[in-house]
Amino acid sequence: MSMFIALGAITLLALIFGAVLGYAAIKFKVEADPLVDQIDDILPQTQCGQCGYPGCRPYAEAIANGDAINKCPPGGDATIKKLADLMGVAATPLDSTQTPAIKRVAYIREDECIGCTKCIQACPVDAIVGASKQMHTVMVDECTGCDLCVEPCPVNCIDMVPLPGTVERWKWDLQAIPVLVLDSNPVNKNLVETN
Amino acid sequence: MPSLFQQIKAGKLWDFHGGIHPPARKEYTSQKPIGRLSLPERLYVPLRQHIGVAGALLVQKGQRVLKGQPLTAADSAMAVPVHAPTSGLVLAIEPHIAPHPSALPEPCVVIEPDGLEEWRPRHGLNLLEADRSILLKRIQQAGIAGMGGAGFPTHLKSGGSAGIDYLIINAVECEPYISADDVLMQEYATTIVKGIDILCQLLSPAAVLIGIEDDKTEAIAAMQAACSQRDHYLVRVVPAKYPSGGEKQLIQLLTSKEVPAGRRPLDIGIVMQNVGTAFAIAQAVLEDIPLISRIVTVTGETLSQPQNMHALIGTPVGALLDACGFAPEPEQRVIMGGPMMGFTLPSLSVPLVKTSNCILAPTQQELPAANNEMDCIRCGACAEACPATLLPQQLLWYSKAKDQDKLKEYNLSDCIECGACAYVCPSEIPLVHYYRVAKAEIREQTRDELKAEQAKARFEARNERLEKEKQERAARNQALAAQRQQMVNAQQQQQEIAAAAQRVASGQPAQQNLSKEDIIAERERKKAEARAYQAAKAEQLNNEQSAAAAAEDLTTENRNKQGPDATNKDAAVGDARAAAVAAAIARAKAKKSAAEPDNQVAAEPGTGSDKAPDTTPGAEAGDARASAVAAAIARAKAKKAALGADQQPAAEPVQPQTATAAELAEDPRATAVAAAIARAKAKKAALGADQQKAAASLTTETQSQVENTAQNPAAVLTDGVVNNEVQAAKLSTATPEDKEQAKKAALSAAIARAKARQQNLPAAATTPEAAENNNAAASTLDPKKAAIAAAIARAKAKQQAATDNTNSEDEA
Repeated sequence: MSMFIALGAITLLALIFGAVLGYAAIKFKVEADPLVDQIDDILPQTQCGQCGYPGCRPYAEAIANGDAINKCPPGGDATIKKLADLMGVAATPLDSTQTPAIKRVAYIREDECIGCTKCIQACPVDAIVGASKQMHTVMVDECTGCDLCVEPCPVNCIDMVPLPGTVERWKWDLQAIPVLVLDSNPVNKNLVETN
Repeated sequence: MPSLFQQIKAGKLWDFHGGIHPPARKEYTSQKPIGRLSLPERLYVPLRQHIGVAGALLVQKGQRVLKGQPLTAADSAMAVPVHAPTSGLVLAIEPHIAPHPSALPEPCVVIEPDGLEEWRPRHGLNLLEADRSILLKRIQQAGIAGMGGAGFPTHLKSGGSAGIDYLIINAVECEPYISADDVLMQEYATTIVKGIDILCQLLSPAAVLIGIEDDKTEAIAAMQAACSQRDHYLVRVVPAKYPSGGEKQLIQLLTSKEVPAGRRPLDIGIVMQNVGTAFAIAQAVLEDIPLISRIVTVTGETLSQPQNMHALIGTPVGALLDACGFAPEPEQRVIMGGPMMGFTLPSLSVPLVKTSNCILAPTQQELPAANNEMDCIRCGACAEACPATLLPQQLLWYSKAKDQDKLKEYNLSDCIECGACAYVCPSEIPLVHYYRVAKAEIREQTRDELKAEQAKARFEARNERLEKEKQERAARNQALAAQRQQMVNAQQQQQEIAAAAQRVASGQPAQQNLSKEDIIAERERKKAEARAYQAAKAEQLNNEQSAAAAAEDLTTENRNKQGPDATNKDAAVGDARAAAVAAAIARAKAKKSAAEPDNQVAAEPGTGSDKAPDTTPGAEAGDARASAVAAAIARAKAKKAALGADQQPAAEPVQPQTATAAELAEDPRATAVAAAIARAKAKKAALGADQQKAAASLTTETQSQVENTAQNPAAVLTDGVVNNEVQAAKLSTATPEDKEQAKKAALSAAIARAKARQQNLPAAATTPEAAENNNAAASTLDPKKAAIAAAIARAKAKQQAATDNTNSEDEA
């Protein structure tokens, strides 16, 4: 008799838990694939398409579906490492056909710009302002350095220039500091450098 | 237990964790009076010398400026202006090496002093009349930023309204060598106290704590004397220990309170100002002297006369050093700031700024450069020395590994970069350097993340916008299409109405039902004509001879066959014209059906069908000339078609269609339509077939099978159709209108057929002869002949069907 009570009790419990779990599965269903979002957050969002996908999110989806994690030159090794941690795969060096880029931004030589708006259409982040037959210019703060505007320019007036270093952005690399070496000349006339 | 305030009032001091006791070496300068520097040749005033943003530039190149004239505007809360340190000429506004370890250039105003020291008009404030906002504005416009080292805008720090318990004046100056604040207090104690008064007016704290290290006896005495009238000004003498001058350390030392990580002293009711800042405030408010100069300790064993100098902001460091008897040794280092927290200058043209409190030019023996780094032995000395109770060895470990999560976990951001850990390190590891690199990287990463976030948002916004535009465009196109459709419909309706009205007017109600079909047929015909014309144009005349020869053979054959067939037709001759039409149709179909199975036989149906159009005009006995013309046209077309004659396989697909066409052919008009459709299809098929010629041999087998089934019924049907038509013709003879209709129909059908032939049948080269025959027949105006021709056609169709069968059988 007690055996049946035990069986009944366990069956009842199983039904209750099953119902709870089933309800929870419907009630708290997660719509989007959170993995894709996580990958997307790691990617640098330059939207440059160097990975072969039209933007960072498509590449994130591709990674979630098993694509290689080493196709993002703007992200570099840091991104690969993070992706490797997230995906639980080995961190592979950057695809040899792609070179890790230093940070650059587009610069339009404004004298040469003919105002064709082609670069504006190419810019994935709307970082170029201008109008038809008017000079265009790049908003440096918004430019992701994706290179996509360089190709469409009919007069080749867009350059990718390395981002100028500023005091705020400077990384303490003491090896790179040009340390002044003074000679032991007791007469110090030449020490005050003037412009 | 006395309260905290009572304890502080009673003079109790607390202690902070760690700290070191480096040799102070302040005696070089602390006992000397403040020196005055003669005007340098050039002054380089950086536009931004504080934490925040530079104000908008107010001067131009070539402009003469007066002493104390603002060079930039205080146009935002975070902007602190800079002023002309002396009167002179603005030589340039250009990037110049900034007082920063990076040696990166920053925009500077270059001023050439004229030596007149001509002041702008000055107006000191009366403290009794001035309210808070005026005072704060004056402090901001005087360009005062924290002079202890960080350079935080003073007006922001002093503007915090209520709930300030303690104002702490930092006069600790714990770093070795530096004695600028010490001598300032010795000489200007009363002015400093006036500055403190102004700060008290702004902040109204419960008590003012003035922290001074115990090795500055003269300064302590001076300050105590100056503060003697104010009993809530408490001069607190703290034991010399580095870094007790750190903001958080001094707060802990004087009040036992700890500033939480990531918070500011203001959050716990404390404001701390440097003693130099207090002095600057007093000068700015009372005498309207903006922050254009400061006291800087110029020291080091390479100098013959180290001392504190009162120097203008913007003075190149080299000028200061020279004034103090600089005798550099090989690989001389010049450090801005103290030996613990300062940085090596990249050039001696770096200007003095508001936060520079010391220029240090030590000898190698005095302060050897740390270049003997060894591995960490995990002795833990750094952890004991750390005033922020961090674990420097762990931070070093994670800094080297660039493990930023772990660095955050170990509170790297709380590191004050005091250098105590590096000082005690037995392995001479420059720990602070690693932390600075790591901090810069974290900062950079944070910036990148922010930028990525923005880029993502912009990218998504752009995509959304493009999608919306696309949808709008699609919607617009749809609307336009609908509009167009409506217009077309309306037009058609109008046309129909007009046509109906016309018919009613002309008394021809009979045509009502047929009008639409007529229109379609006509349209098809015209199209076909146009197509044929174009095809003909494109084709070359090079196959003419062979085609003509082939045609001759075939026509003779045809003539032989005509005889027996003629008799059959006689019976049907109720109406010659109708019969002719029917016959023509029959022939056309027969031809088509026969044409396909064998490429070589293809020529035969051509002759058959060629006759058809010609006979119809012939049958149309009313106008011989017209028929002749039509025949000529037909011939010409046939010729052209024959020249392009390598499309045999093309005809094949047409066959089943012709069969169906035959089935439908109860009405000559309908037949014409069907024929036109068939032609169109044949053309398409021909184009396709042209390319597939190679494959044709393989497919003939299956094709012939198809043809077997298709042709037999077709042949039967054509006879049936002819009969039907004949009957119809008989019935229709009653009315003249019907006759006319029949004529028209016959014409169009004939033309249609002719074209079909041209397009489908390469072998149509036979047409010229056939056409001639038929022309002759037409000119006789004899219904009998027409009947004969029809009969011949039928016979041929039969024969061809038979040969087709045999052929296909053979092939099969």
